[in-house]
Amino acid sequence: MSSDKFLQDYLHFTFIQSHIYELSRQRPTDRAVSVSVLEGMGFRVGQGLIERLTRDSPSFKDELDIMKFVCKDFWTKVFRRQIDNLRTNHQGTYVLQDNKFALLTQLSSGKQYLDQAPKYLAFSCGVVRGALSNLGLDSVVTAEVSVMPSCKFQVVIQKL
Amino acid sequence: MAVCIAVIAKQNYPLYIRSVPTQNELKFHYTVHTSLDVVEEKISAVGKSLGDQRELYLGLLYPTEDYKVYGYVTNSKVKFVIVVDSSNTSLRDNEIRSMFRKLHNSFTDVMCNPFHNPGDPIQSKTFDGIVSGMMVQTG
Repeated sequence: MSSDKFLQDYLHFTFIQSHIYELSRQRPTDRAVSVSVLEGMGFRVGQGLIERLTRDSPSFKDELDIMKFVCKDFWTKVFRRQIDNLRTNHQGTYVLQDNKFALLTQLSSGKQYLDQAPKYLAFSCGVVRGALSNLGLDSVVTAEVSVMPSCKFQVVIQKL
Repeated sequence: MAVCIAVIAKQNYPLYIRSVPTQNELKFHYTVHTSLDVVEEKISAVGKSLGDQRELYLGLLYPTEDYKVYGYVTNSKVKFVIVVDSSNTSLRDNEIRSMFRKLHNSFTDVMCNPFHNPGDPIQSKTFDGIVSGMMVQTG
């Protein structure tokens, strides 16, 4: 099981690394496009994942229920942890804090790579956005890192 | 054994519809379409109700024909509709539920296929195979 974990982390890391390398060779204006391509890939993966993971679970009562599901079951299956802290303003904005985000543990803690971190989080933001969209919630997901390896995902639900 | 099976997307357009090619196929399409209204009613009436498997039992839709229409909704608001001939009374509730389970499993596989875009009509041969297994075999 732990070798699975290593392979999955390493594969994800390599895949992002190669994409990021492309990023660094491009002009700054193209970088934003590449990051959104990464996020788009995450979106599609999130849609498929949520279909599989909610196959047997009962209907969700409301938005908060959906967010709790994302924080517990979904996060456990995908990132092998649960969200440590969920905050909301009860008006459609949620902040999910993960103190030991699985995809950041390989980068050294400390300030050295703080500015590189958002590129590594783009895919995961896409996964969350895809999952929510397939459950019926349109959202905008952004991530920020202040102290490695903990990070905060901010989800803003778009109301029609 | 079903007479018609349909998969309807969240926005209420058909992703997949297949019926036994006997007579007027449009009649089945119409049946599925009208059953959508009842499905919507049931979804919006969910306050503290049970899981996401809802039964849709319509006795006599037309004076001339007898059909039973069953519905099922996934968490991603995709609806499955199965139409069976109600002269086939040997079909029990459990069998219908297991048919829906198989459909849902197969649909999940289609969604995870990276070559399939969500919202496009379903063109998977495996899915076709599963559905054929559930339809009435004619000649």
